[in-house]
Amino acid sequence: MSVYLLRRLGQSVLVLLGVSFVVFFILYLTGDPALVLLPPDATAQDIGEFRARMGFNDPFIVQYGRFLGGALRGDFGLSVRHGEPAFHLVLERLPATFELSGAALLIALLLAIPAGVVSAVRRNTVTDYVATVVALLGQSMPTFWLGIMLILIFSVQFNVLPSSGRGGFEHLVLPALTLGLFTTARITRLTRSGMLEVLNQDYIRTARAKGVSGQPVVWKHAFKNAAIPIVTIVGIELGTLLGGSVITETIFAWPGVGRLSVQAIYNRDYPVVQAAVFLLASTFVLVNLVVDLLYTYLDPRIRLR
Amino acid sequence: MTPGARGASPSPVAAVGARPAAAVRVGDASGPAREWLALLRRLARRQTALFGAIVVALVIATALTAPWLSPFDPAAQDIGHRLKPPGWRDPAGVLHPLGTDHLGRDLLVRVIFGAQPALLVASAAVLISGVLGMAAGLLGGYFGGRVDDVLMRLADVQLAFPFILLAIAVIGVLGPSLPTIIVVIGVSSWVVYARVVRGAVLTLREREFVQAARALGGGDGRIVVRHILPNAFAPWLVVATLDMARVIVIESALSFLGLGVQPPTPTWGGMLADGRVYITTAWWLATFPGLAILVTVLGINLFGDGLRDTLDPRLNV
Repeated sequence: MSVYLLRRLGQSVLVLLGVSFVVFFILYLTGDPALVLLPPDATAQDIGEFRARMGFNDPFIVQYGRFLGGALRGDFGLSVRHGEPAFHLVLERLPATFELSGAALLIALLLAIPAGVVSAVRRNTVTDYVATVVALLGQSMPTFWLGIMLILIFSVQFNVLPSSGRGGFEHLVLPALTLGLFTTARITRLTRSGMLEVLNQDYIRTARAKGVSGQPVVWKHAFKNAAIPIVTIVGIELGTLLGGSVITETIFAWPGVGRLSVQAIYNRDYPVVQAAVFLLASTFVLVNLVVDLLYTYLDPRIRLR
Repeated sequence: MTPGARGASPSPVAAVGARPAAAVRVGDASGPAREWLALLRRLARRQTALFGAIVVALVIATALTAPWLSPFDPAAQDIGHRLKPPGWRDPAGVLHPLGTDHLGRDLLVRVIFGAQPALLVASAAVLISGVLGMAAGLLGGYFGGRVDDVLMRLADVQLAFPFILLAIAVIGVLGPSLPTIIVVIGVSSWVVYARVVRGAVLTLREREFVQAARALGGGDGRIVVRHILPNAFAPWLVVATLDMARVIVIESALSFLGLGVQPPTPTWGGMLADGRVYITTAWWLATFPGLAILVTVLGINLFGDGLRDTLDPRLNV
């Protein structure tokens, strides 16, 4: 176990190093970070001074080392627009993004697992068809359109739910539904196919033959085994949710990291963009590390690999 | 190379070990072309896949013939008749089935023209990521060892980024243009292809016909290109089809954020962003472009699901 743990930890560190390099490199895409950071009307002299002050004349690898050192201490420089440390701005918004992604994931699991299980158990019935079609539609629907349609129906037409901002439970409903739909659809389809595979196996027939009744067979015998791939996909879907929060937060004016980074991109506030991308990517790497460790608990065979 | 070695390769349709039934046909004289024909026939028997294919074909046909189909210029403004509801007839008696937008442009015409950037970006980006992913998967799977380790760690790094956030950060720095959007989406979407192809190669590498080709003196390059690649093509095709759907959604998301193909080119995402402003007064502006995305993506997904079930039902994509 400890060897596996160490190797998995090492991998995560390596991935984070890669992430930090890409985040660092974003500023170099145009060839000159000074041109990216300074306003377009900066004079040649301004650019020269800025370059010297920021150390942009140093060798590339030295600059990366400095960036990495800063990133590890949570120092991404000052926000160009707000004058505050970029890292703090992002950190402030992180709870809102976690709240939204967490609620979306919860909705997805609460809807998708029962839907997928029932759909598999009652295969080729009306219930199954409805669940399948809804999941297919959910997977094909663009998040931002769904968000706008929900606002149109629940905020504009019936005026029952707020369309923007963060506050109580009622503020969370529409954005969480919007963000969670795609994940709900995916987990429903995965649960259904996983359950179908498991339900056909010999030990289920044995359990049924021994006289175990319907519900316990489905949940205790079958679902427990079908749950393993679901745990993996939850880790991966969290990436989808964190990424999707960029769009959902923009539509619902949700004060999270996603909306902050979109605004930062419009304002050419790249330290904030870098801090946001780095933090969200690190969150994703960490969650997947935890998921993988959880996985070894669910399926001990993994440890032996 | 000896002609016998080529003949020994199983059909391209026989996806790696997943379809033993198809592998039985190894000795069959039928060529790859006939295999693909048989596949098409099986695919056409799946009604949902056929339906998806028809929808996609219609969307593509509409996009290609848009300039001849539509009586209006998608950029022609008519401020005097802005925000007219669906079914409105202008003073000249011409019907505007989906109404007009905030600049008096015909909405249906713009929805039709919006298919062009969506399909263009999707096919070009899928081609880039598909080729990159195929190369990475072939290299990693065939050579293994350090090459494989490096490629798979790169894949982990790529997957760690919230895709849309990375895309908007890069496009934000470089500035939105059609080539930039295509390259950014294409370069950052190779991982799924690489994983699927790699998985296929790992099993193919040990198969007898590959061993035979090697015993006959085939070099690595020849073995990979002539024997492994054709057999890893089926799962690749499934991923590419389903990825088209994903890229169309991403393209419209970027346009929605103002980082996609720029106006005056009509894009579905851009129209949605415009429509969002008028949501309280003109519901049709945001509704129809979104429906266009939904229908297109649904068609591709239905076709892709059918393709997967026909080619390789165990493929987990």
